[in-house]
Amino acid sequence: MQLGTRRLLDRAFSGLGFISIGLMAASLLVILTPIFVRGFGAFVFQGTIEFRRMQLERFERGDRDEIEAELTTARRARQPVYEMLDAFDTEMGEMGFLERREYEGPREELEDALRELLGPRPEDPVPVMARDQYGATRWDRAREKIDLVLYRTEYDYSDRTRMGVPVSVPRVEDFRGTALEALFDYVELHATEMLRPRWTLYLRFLTDHSIDAHFFGGIWPEVLGTLYLTLGAMIFALPMGVVSAIYLVEYAGEGRLISLLRTFISTLAGVPSIVFGLFGLAFFINTLKITESKSLLAGSLTLATLVLPTVIRASEEAIRSVPTTYREAALSLGASKWRAIVTVILPASLPGILTGVVISMGRAAGETAPIIFTAAVSVGKALDFAKVKFWETLSEATPALPWNIYNLATEHEAVDEIRHVQFGMVFTLVMLVLILNATAIFLRARISKKLRG
Amino acid sequence: MEAPAFDLNIPEARADVPESAPQEHPHILARDFSVFYGSNAAVRQVTFNIPRGLVTAVIGPSGCGKSTFLRAINRMNDLIPGCHTRGELIFGDQNVYGPQIDVAALRQRVGMVFQKPNPFPKSIFDNVAYGPHILGIRDRRKLAEIVERSLMRAALWEEVKDRLSDNALGLSGGQQQRLCVARALAIDPDVLLMDEPTSALDPRSTTRIEDLIAELRGTYTIAIVTHNMQQAARVSDFTAFLYEGWLIEFGLTQQLFTRPKEKQTEDYITGRFG
Repeated sequence: MQLGTRRLLDRAFSGLGFISIGLMAASLLVILTPIFVRGFGAFVFQGTIEFRRMQLERFERGDRDEIEAELTTARRARQPVYEMLDAFDTEMGEMGFLERREYEGPREELEDALRELLGPRPEDPVPVMARDQYGATRWDRAREKIDLVLYRTEYDYSDRTRMGVPVSVPRVEDFRGTALEALFDYVELHATEMLRPRWTLYLRFLTDHSIDAHFFGGIWPEVLGTLYLTLGAMIFALPMGVVSAIYLVEYAGEGRLISLLRTFISTLAGVPSIVFGLFGLAFFINTLKITESKSLLAGSLTLATLVLPTVIRASEEAIRSVPTTYREAALSLGASKWRAIVTVILPASLPGILTGVVISMGRAAGETAPIIFTAAVSVGKALDFAKVKFWETLSEATPALPWNIYNLATEHEAVDEIRHVQFGMVFTLVMLVLILNATAIFLRARISKKLRG
Repeated sequence: MEAPAFDLNIPEARADVPESAPQEHPHILARDFSVFYGSNAAVRQVTFNIPRGLVTAVIGPSGCGKSTFLRAINRMNDLIPGCHTRGELIFGDQNVYGPQIDVAALRQRVGMVFQKPNPFPKSIFDNVAYGPHILGIRDRRKLAEIVERSLMRAALWEEVKDRLSDNALGLSGGQQQRLCVARALAIDPDVLLMDEPTSALDPRSTTRIEDLIAELRGTYTIAIVTHNMQQAARVSDFTAFLYEGWLIEFGLTQQLFTRPKEKQTEDYITGRFG
């Protein structure tokens, strides 16, 4: 090949490599940026007076006098809205039947929109659901609610060849010439006075229990559930994996059965995780009946079987890479094989085994499918080993981050209302895996440094 | 008298070793002893005695089976799949490959120093204390005593006494090898096997190991494999010359190097092959 052609090829290859790295970095950025930015929004946002009231009433947080004083000010700003509504009601009472019926629907819609923005009127009876007891707690949500007050959506069917096109129509048109005409300008102009948004740092989002299916509060049950499930999986998978790896490297021969076993282990690593989920349900719950239904224990065991091949593989590699000279030295000093493994080979292979643990922990923490049938529930209390008996806690089902992220995004009754919780969960899960990995990498570095001297 | 085949200076201490020592005070006896890797014989029907309390060198070109023979004595070859033996190898009063032998106990009586220094990635103290610990000695004071004594015997104590808790891999290669000697001595073996102990070391460290062998001579039975003929001449009382698995010649080092009986031995030690 000519020198010129070779140079050109070289350059083309390095260019390709550079482009692929750039693409990878870009896609990573595309994925991570919204997770970090919007996930951050669950912790730092503009909280309204409704948020502070909720915190005070539900978690007894904040200065009671101060919040009540602020609430009084806010309610004073809201008073004209209610007065206008009342004045309109009087007006309606004087209308004829047909005219009144025309106004009844729009008025009802408007009142609902106002209730979502400001919460129930102070003199009304307290609603049953927590979600109905408070107005918009976050300013970003409040602004959308204001839009709902100001506009209603109508569908334009004029083009018969297409589906109806939604069009925003100002509600003020519905109430021209009535007492409510002034309400819309008032809401638009005085929204900040009515809700008093203020930058809020809500770190307790992480450690608060959730209220009314994640409408308010935090994600502690999910975080704790994920931690316990991951830990539980490792408690089962690590010893089993390491012992299997020791057997495969140190004791098993090169027979056909063993090579078949190795193939099985490799294949197991590629089995879709939903299959593990179904296996967990069928085996641990339905056949072994270790617990009556979904439980922390069944979920941990299922996740353990999922990560077991990874742990075995990594441990096998780590044990295999321990220099033979260590083995020889231990044996030449009269150590039994098992003794040499425990005192010399395992400590020397610890960094490699830890790497396997890191990968497995990240996987166990993030897997959704295996826990759908075996452990996860969408709403639940945080597990508490201190309060309830150990076994009872083990046999309890638990919410967990990956499952609840999916659940909030697809099955929650008010998906749009709680986007920030979703992103907060994703953010927390990513951070959790990052922290797990960082800890293990740190440990690994320390141990290898100790081994190297 | 014809000129000696090899220029040799025998230290005075070794000048009066009787030629009959292997017969009178045998420690390890090989009788028609062969080692096979699968179907290949690495050591073929070797018969000679390693005398007690003296240094015996095993020399020969690469692949002659000298390391295999040495590693057969403490059964390190067991690690190699397909390795088996024929004939007899007797250590003290028991057959090394007999059915009743306790391999761990055998290895506690036959210490070994390997070609490459192979300290554990542990502290200097833990390296030396490893053997005694396996023997069941848990008392920290007693262990410290053993560690000090072993390191002194291996001429390493002065260099490491202030940093016993440092990682052994931080020592120089020569120090590491002496540490390995100390580790082997810590369980108080009868025999010390050395498998080319200086081949990975610089000349100065080599000299120190050779001095160490001279000091340990008398207390332990030492068998040393080396490809360095000057070294064999310097440190050993008896020398066995192996070639392609056969024992060509065995005798007093002085005689083997100055008046070899076999043509092959003479060719090898004068550098005509190997």
